[in-house]
Amino acid sequence: MTETGGAGTPPSPPADGVAGTPVAEAEGGWTAAVRGRLTSRLSVDELLPARQPAYVGSWVYVFGVVTIAALVWVVASGCVLALMGSAWWHTSSLGHFFNSIHFWSVQMFFIFMVLHLWGQYWGAGWRDGRAKTWMVGVVIFLFSIVTAFTGYLVQQNFDSQWIAVNAKDAVNSTGLGGFFNVLNFGQMYGLHVMLLPIGVTLLVVLHILQVRSRGVVRPIGDPYVPEATAGGVTAEAGR
Amino acid sequence: MRARRPPIEKADYYRGVRMAPYDLVKELSIALVGMLVVVLLLSALLSSPDVPSATIQAWAKSDPVDFVTTAATELAGQSPTAQYGPPYNDGSGSIQGLGPIEPQQWAGVHVAVNAPLDFVLEPLAQSTTGNPSLRAALGRFDAASPAQQQKWLNAYIQALGSATLANAEVTVKSGAYGPVPILMTQLLGLARTGGLDALLLTSDHFYQTDYSKPLLFLGDGGYFSGLAQAQDLTGSQWGMMNETGRYPGQAWLWLFTLWYQVPPFTTASNADLLVVVVMTVLSLALLLIPFIPGLRDIPRWIPVHRLIWRRHYQHTG
Repeated sequence: MTETGGAGTPPSPPADGVAGTPVAEAEGGWTAAVRGRLTSRLSVDELLPARQPAYVGSWVYVFGVVTIAALVWVVASGCVLALMGSAWWHTSSLGHFFNSIHFWSVQMFFIFMVLHLWGQYWGAGWRDGRAKTWMVGVVIFLFSIVTAFTGYLVQQNFDSQWIAVNAKDAVNSTGLGGFFNVLNFGQMYGLHVMLLPIGVTLLVVLHILQVRSRGVVRPIGDPYVPEATAGGVTAEAGR
Repeated sequence: MRARRPPIEKADYYRGVRMAPYDLVKELSIALVGMLVVVLLLSALLSSPDVPSATIQAWAKSDPVDFVTTAATELAGQSPTAQYGPPYNDGSGSIQGLGPIEPQQWAGVHVAVNAPLDFVLEPLAQSTTGNPSLRAALGRFDAASPAQQQKWLNAYIQALGSATLANAEVTVKSGAYGPVPILMTQLLGLARTGGLDALLLTSDHFYQTDYSKPLLFLGDGGYFSGLAQAQDLTGSQWGMMNETGRYPGQAWLWLFTLWYQVPPFTTASNADLLVVVVMTVLSLALLLIPFIPGLRDIPRWIPVHRLIWRRHYQHTG
């Protein structure tokens, strides 16, 4: 063991943080395992590659990124509306304009999300071990529907009144009406401006990380052949 | 148990694939700017819907007969809300189930609404100050037996079918209605001032954000659905697809609203539950497509992918 703290030499911290514990043993904890997994699958090179497979040069891949762009403006305009209060946009022309931005961003978000979903379906984007990526995408779609639904409920106008009164029967029929009361503005507002958007955003981040860490699925008919079996005949893995 | 397959390394996965420069950040930046321009243009040119909310005050002023009829059926316990069932009360009028399975019953009453008390008697009781005739009418109504109350109310509700409107008052032909006409006239007057809108929100708290009671009361009347009909918002008009003023609505729920337009959902008394069940099954199918033989194979059978990767196939043949 190297002596530290000698004359003229600044003391260096112990490598493992626990006196007498070997470094390798200290590195074997949960923290090290999580760090190892993250760095192996989510390096900056993996997250932001400068090169992509040539088959990514298709218009279908634009839908995903445009959906993200729409989500950014949904959240940004929503933050302004939340900051100014729920009644602001009914009395201010500037507020109404921000509501319009929010409204049309949401419409764009759904249009491009559905196009992205169909693109991934027809490309069978779940192949080669990407089933979880597909499933998280579907959960985002369903989560977004609930988020938008609560948005329609908290507009504080005739549309929200009508939607609430009509939607209550479907929610009540499931037994959830007492816990998810669409007639309760306070509950719906909290869900819409806080919990649900955070959920959607986190799921979108997870979805992007899944795509970036696994790479873009190969075209149908051009299957991945594991190195060990390269040269042999293999079925499309993870169909 | 089958051994878990290790994830495929990206470098291995891309082995043999032709790579090309691709600027993700530039793509996202262009998408952000492009999307902002689009939504700014749409916002400036088309704006967004904001038809003011309906109020009980407006209802009482524009359609007093409908208001009084609704209030009388609330007091008689004959309105949809009064007979609804969970989560509002112990009724059974709107309970939906699949055979013996009734999840609505399992959850019980969580948003308690007593229609006669909450919509009529309590608001009137809070308005008796300086109004001896109202106090006397309430006392007479409370003192009567439930059977007598129903007798008065049934006769009055029937008479409302030929009611006339004079000097903003609803008049019915003479009959044995007990104190009911006084109660209804007073409630109509209270509603016209806007007082009933506020009284239906009253709770034990200073701050109020729960609109369950006024919305349920509004929903029981014909005035509210008439406004929706005029805006093409009702279910038979595919109202979920649009908002007021012909703005797009929740068009992504087209499949949800489609079921309400086709048999057997059109006539089923448990249509809401049936539609929810169908949509839950379909959502699960969408979620689990990667594992469902047939559904996951359609993209290989119908070659839309030849369009998606057209240039790739041109290179690879």
